[in-house]
Amino acid sequence: MADELTRMSAAALAAAIAAGEVSALEVTDAHLARIGEVDDAVHAFLHVAADGARRAARAVDERRAAGDVLGPLAGVPLALKDVFTTTDMPTTCGSAILNGWRPPYDATTTRRLREAGVVILGKTNMDEFAMGSSTENSAFGPSHNPWDLTRVPGGSSGGSSAAVASFEAPLGIGTDTGGSIRQPAAVCGVVGVKPTYGGPSRYGVVAFASSLDTPGPLARTVLDAALLHEAMAGHDPCDSTSVNTPVPPVVAAARQADVSGLTVGVVPELGGEGYQPGVLARFGEAVELLESLGAKVVEVSCPHFTYALPAYYLIAPSECSSNLARFDAMRYGLRVGDDGTRNADEVMSLTRAQGFGAEVKRRIMLGTYALSSGYYDAYYGKAQQVRTLIIRDFEAAFEQVDVLVSPTTPTTAFPLGERVDDPLAMYVADLCTIPSDLAGNAALSVPCGLAAEDGLPVGLQIMAPVLADDRLYRVGAAVEAALDNRRGHSLLDEAKGVA
Amino acid sequence: MTGRAGGTTQAGGTLVPLGEALTRYEPVIGLEVHVELGTVTKMFCGCPARFGGEPNTLVCPVCLGLPGSLPVANRAAIEYTIRIGLALNCRIADWCRFARKNYFYPDMPKNFQISQYDEPLCTNGWLDISVNDPATGAPRPVRVGIERVHLEEDTGKSRHVGGATGRIHGAEYSLVDYNRAGIPLVEIVTKPVEGTGALAPVAARTYVTELRDLMRALAVSDVRMEEGSLRCDVNTSLSPSGSGVWGTRTETKNVNSLRSVERAVRYEIERQAALLDAGMPVPLETRHFHEDTGVTTAGRSKEEAQDYRYFPEPDLVPVAPSREWVEEIRAALPELPSAQRARLKAEWGMSDLDFAALHNAGAVDLVARTVEAGAAPADARKWWLNELVRRANESGTDLADLPITPADVARVAALVASGELNDKLARQVIEGVLAGEGTPDELVAARGLAVVSDEGALMAAVDEAIAANPEVAQKVRDGKLAAAGALVGAVMRATRGQADASRVSKLILARLGQG
Repeated sequence: MADELTRMSAAALAAAIAAGEVSALEVTDAHLARIGEVDDAVHAFLHVAADGARRAARAVDERRAAGDVLGPLAGVPLALKDVFTTTDMPTTCGSAILNGWRPPYDATTTRRLREAGVVILGKTNMDEFAMGSSTENSAFGPSHNPWDLTRVPGGSSGGSSAAVASFEAPLGIGTDTGGSIRQPAAVCGVVGVKPTYGGPSRYGVVAFASSLDTPGPLARTVLDAALLHEAMAGHDPCDSTSVNTPVPPVVAAARQADVSGLTVGVVPELGGEGYQPGVLARFGEAVELLESLGAKVVEVSCPHFTYALPAYYLIAPSECSSNLARFDAMRYGLRVGDDGTRNADEVMSLTRAQGFGAEVKRRIMLGTYALSSGYYDAYYGKAQQVRTLIIRDFEAAFEQVDVLVSPTTPTTAFPLGERVDDPLAMYVADLCTIPSDLAGNAALSVPCGLAAEDGLPVGLQIMAPVLADDRLYRVGAAVEAALDNRRGHSLLDEAKGVA
Repeated sequence: MTGRAGGTTQAGGTLVPLGEALTRYEPVIGLEVHVELGTVTKMFCGCPARFGGEPNTLVCPVCLGLPGSLPVANRAAIEYTIRIGLALNCRIADWCRFARKNYFYPDMPKNFQISQYDEPLCTNGWLDISVNDPATGAPRPVRVGIERVHLEEDTGKSRHVGGATGRIHGAEYSLVDYNRAGIPLVEIVTKPVEGTGALAPVAARTYVTELRDLMRALAVSDVRMEEGSLRCDVNTSLSPSGSGVWGTRTETKNVNSLRSVERAVRYEIERQAALLDAGMPVPLETRHFHEDTGVTTAGRSKEEAQDYRYFPEPDLVPVAPSREWVEEIRAALPELPSAQRARLKAEWGMSDLDFAALHNAGAVDLVARTVEAGAAPADARKWWLNELVRRANESGTDLADLPITPADVARVAALVASGELNDKLARQVIEGVLAGEGTPDELVAARGLAVVSDEGALMAAVDEAIAANPEVAQKVRDGKLAAAGALVGAVMRATRGQADASRVSKLILARLGQG
């Protein structure tokens, strides 16, 4: 029974709990047991809040017993990326500098999850301050890919993607700044969505790059992702950049699961040389599938996407150099060298030297340089101009097509350790995902099969215009249904890394 | 005062007395004034924006800059800033952004300050001031150009414990109070002010005074310099007379009173003139003003100045005030101090000089309220300017902070006008009010200060005085009217001063056949 519960979708679990077929507490206990079984190997979680999760589950059961109408995700367990503040759990962002920090406030997303009766199982591993594509930049050790434990689960939201893929939780939440939801979703064989920037609130999300950071859902099905998307999104007066428009009808779109009449654009700049053949093969088949399902497929060039990666690596580090300045040992977190002989500047320096990892330091230095007097125009300023050109590429493309598609990542999951000493190779993992972050539009990754050469999952990326998030779900659910139907089972049933 | 002519500065140079300096150099001044806005809540969060409070009690995740927190701009602060911009004849931007100013300091929770950089909310305005020439007493109009008015957040406050100076150097440890962090702060920057010559120090002070009055009239701040809600940086440079070439400027910080503004400019002129006379360059630097000694000392060199790495604040959407909103704010502007002064001067029928004296004493508003309470303008002016200014000076308080209300002063004036008090008794009443003994009427009753107006009692005193001074009385009868003064004095003594001297005089003259 417990094993069955961890294999169920969030939608099915919520329905079973609402119908009284199973209690939320049983569902939570089943997932806690699963975490106990596999997380030593997967290391998806930095903190498991068993007592808090059971308390939240019991509260749902009590509400049901009292006759309350439960929300669509009430009692469903979830793995929360450790970048969201939580009053009852530490929030470390995968960094030694925040080790043990207990925030005095809940992120808006945390609060909305609690209000929806979602059971937060714990906080998941991530690349330090969301900078990375493998979780290897976590100060607390990497997570492992449930398909092959010697490989990375992607990043930065690799803890959440690994938790969902290893059936430790049906739902996960990540943040996407350059691809940090879609890339780990793709390489773990799950669904990951970067909503339109400003859709879900950033309040209580420890900032990496403010103009890019976007919280979003990870799940094993497109419908589950839509249900979580709807629970997270909506205007937040605490976030100035939060959009004040109705949440796109993503759940309805996921149920619609139909692409007939849609025009799908293939972006030639996101593919070809340097991409793993097995990735390109699966992507090509997915495009053919869309055509067979009734979509019209055309090629749409987005010429400035080529410059997205370098522009991103100026803008994101610039913002991060400023955002991470607050970690100075004065008010919270790690403090090094405060022995009564050193002044505040010295304590700050020692703390930052010890508390930040190499990649974070690299980006702080890149960003500090890019914003410096005399260099600003050539670097940060120029990158912002490129950003505008990328936005125009998207706008022009969406005049011709309803959605754009590409592989989510150039390769499948790479071996742990392979790229840790080669930052550029690591950065390339986000080649296809970065344009949507720079433009702020919505994008989703849905599994589209396994690469022939390594048997690892491949993601299909679907991109939609700003605030047209529902189109992602309509197309993604159609692809998912057709592939599941063809295969006769869900892709994750083939994952061999953890039994 | 130390460090005057012939004394040495801490840098080792001598000072050139102001008058002499101005024979060779023309000062150029500029002022950067920070005003804390009196909004109910802070700039980017809902915490109360008020002075005081136990340290670190008026704080939340946002103004503490906790990880994950986000700012949301306070609309009232933007409105106040536009109000200030309009009153300073500025152009109001129809689109502008906040920017991050990056530097590390423990009292700044995020280690960046949300400010404005190249897109300020208000630009290119002016403020007309009337600078009183200390030599002639005559007012001289000066137009001070306003470069920009922008909005930012205040920092927390550090208290350095254990050192001799209260500054960070030499302190054993420092405490930080974040109550002030995030209070909306407006920075008003002037264009360089040239051509004020010997009036430069007074002009600087007058400008800050006028700005303070303007802030009060606009109801955007309580502008209490002693609480730090108005803070001033003074830029000074010298241009060799007739050269048209500006010298290197210094930026003097920590100028925290109106008097200090004047002193700081004066000191910098005298110090820089000495350097230039000696053929030495004026270093581009930040200087620190010392209230106790009146000198400035070198601070940070601008050459090693910080690179603040400004960039647009990505956590905040741009500020785009609609034309309609700006016009609404403009239409609701109150009468501004300069316009009010012109109106009052005309209404009160005062000369430029008379009014300037009132203005310089900071008494215009007090007189206006006294007139509103029923006093004649000349009487109100007389009591405030003659009696109360002296009392304020004696006790070292601001005129407005004396424990007497305009209504009290109006009541005293009314008692004098009706003949119930003479000036001497009125002064006693004022003294009593200032001592907290009660209202004017209570004091008159309690001290029995009313003028003796009982005709019978007064006549008896007059007859007594005549009887006691037969020779004087005879002189008066003979037409020497001036001699009556001695008799008036005798009556006043007999009534312990509580008689109306002019009435006594009339009674004596009538009695002696001269009425």
